Amino acid sequence: MAVVVAPVPERLRRTRRWERRYAIDRSMRTLALACTVLAVIPLVTILAFVTINGITALNIDLLTKPPKATGVGGGALAAITGTIQMVSLATLIAVPVGLLAGVYVSEFAGRRMANVVRFSADVLVGVPSILVGVFVFTFLVLPFKQYNAFAGSVALAVIMVPVIVRTTEEILKLVPGDLREASLALGVRRWRTVLSVAIRTGWPGILTGIMLAVARAAGETAPLIMTALGSRLVNIGDFSRPMSALPLFIYENARQPYPALNEQAWGAAFLLLLAVLIINILVRARSLRGPRR
Amino acid sequence: MTADPTMGEPTAESKLEIRDLDVYYGAFRAVRDVTMSVRARSVTAIIGPSGCGKSTFLRALNRLHELTPGARVEGSVLLDGADIYDPAVDPVRLRRYVGMVFQRPNPFPTMSIYENVVAGIRLAGRASRNELDEIVERSLTRAALWNEVKDKLNEPGTSLSGGQQQRLCIARAIAVDPEVVLMDEPASALDPVATLRIEELIAELRANYTIVIVTHNMQQAGRVSDETAFFTMNEDRAGYLVEFGPTREIFTNPRERLTEDYVSGRFG
Repeated sequence: MAVVVAPVPERLRRTRRWERRYAIDRSMRTLALACTVLAVIPLVTILAFVTINGITALNIDLLTKPPKATGVGGGALAAITGTIQMVSLATLIAVPVGLLAGVYVSEFAGRRMANVVRFSADVLVGVPSILVGVFVFTFLVLPFKQYNAFAGSVALAVIMVPVIVRTTEEILKLVPGDLREASLALGVRRWRTVLSVAIRTGWPGILTGIMLAVARAAGETAPLIMTALGSRLVNIGDFSRPMSALPLFIYENARQPYPALNEQAWGAAFLLLLAVLIINILVRARSLRGPRR
Repeated sequence: MTADPTMGEPTAESKLEIRDLDVYYGAFRAVRDVTMSVRARSVTAIIGPSGCGKSTFLRALNRLHELTPGARVEGSVLLDGADIYDPAVDPVRLRRYVGMVFQRPNPFPTMSIYENVVAGIRLAGRASRNELDEIVERSLTRAALWNEVKDKLNEPGTSLSGGQQQRLCIARAIAVDPEVVLMDEPASALDPVATLRIEELIAELRANYTIVIVTHNMQQAGRVSDETAFFTMNEDRAGYLVEFGPTREIFTNPRERLTEDYVSGRFG
């Protein structure tokens, strides 16, 4: 069927201003795209660089052998075990503290108290991590006149706590209030409601926060320089002595004049990147599944 | 304001007696000077325009309003003759006897249908698996949901439709064997068919429980309730009770002009 269409009347026509707006729109969009590319370039480059240089440096020795006591050779075993131990202890310290503080702020604190804690946590997140190292150095290294892995763990915990406090609080705020009310209306006690309804509902999100804090702690270098120091020996379980860690190992080996050691630094960097990547992927998978609707 | 001096007089079978009840949020008085009595094993509807304190009044009957900082009451609410605001009363134990169903269906999202029904029992006490099984079947049957969910008790409560979720919440509320069930616009988030089922359910629950239901739907109040309380508010925004009586009289032969205007749709 042929439909007779009237010509576009003047009041509906594109004006010159429309042409101008359209041109500006296009150029701004292009600019935004360019900036996005610029922002992604370093990220992709780092990933590519570390992967290319790291994969070739990976070998069984790097994973299973301690550094040679004298000079070149050996592997990163001391650093790998050190990172695992210190991050684990830091998590053990930081999770209860951070979780309970987050729960307190979200569920029990008055508004003023909550604001103070929230503000402190935000400031603490932004504190340069070397300051955390210096702080812990004063309290846990100087008195003993001995760099030690316990101090390293505490320093990492100090970095983790505010992250966990904030995510726990934010997640609990997202748990609908009527779920708490429904529980209380059943005659359930307040603490039980918080534990079995609020925390349980928000648990996937809280876990995400904890894992992000773990990833962050695993990558910290500065606080460990002042506390755990680093070590060429594989130290299993003796937290009163120095201990190595992957970031420390990278830092040490990268500034040595021996290509073989530089090579090891790349390998360790790749390992660290892989660990952080895996944690992030686990987190992502968790939060995608999320709490059941 | 009260036309009949006998209005709200306690009777032998009254379950709840509300005497001179004021509810405040800080300095704001949300409910003013309510006196009425709720008969045992009956349905009492609270109607009135938005913001007239119906929900606040309802929440004051199991002290759930106390979750709001700054909330307090004056006057008294007697449950079987004992004041629920007596300092010796534990509000948590009170809520075992005076339960509540909310406006939006709110099953616990981390729990299965089964776990939702027994949540009150599990989180507040102990029971054997056999007892729990019995309670689940009985509560879901009473909530007219058993036949629909008996084969999928382990699926999440949130997988049900809105109307089924609300019946699940009713099952959850009655599973702890309360004496009074407060309902805050339990059907306002549901479609007409689901609403009808909830109303039928309320009529059945009446045999075992004392029900107080807030609704903004006057037809609903007319259909489900034995007695109706009409609330409205003044310029000071404090809600108060205008008239309380048998539902049929409130709707056909109200004593107060305000009530007549409201039920005939002239305001509100």
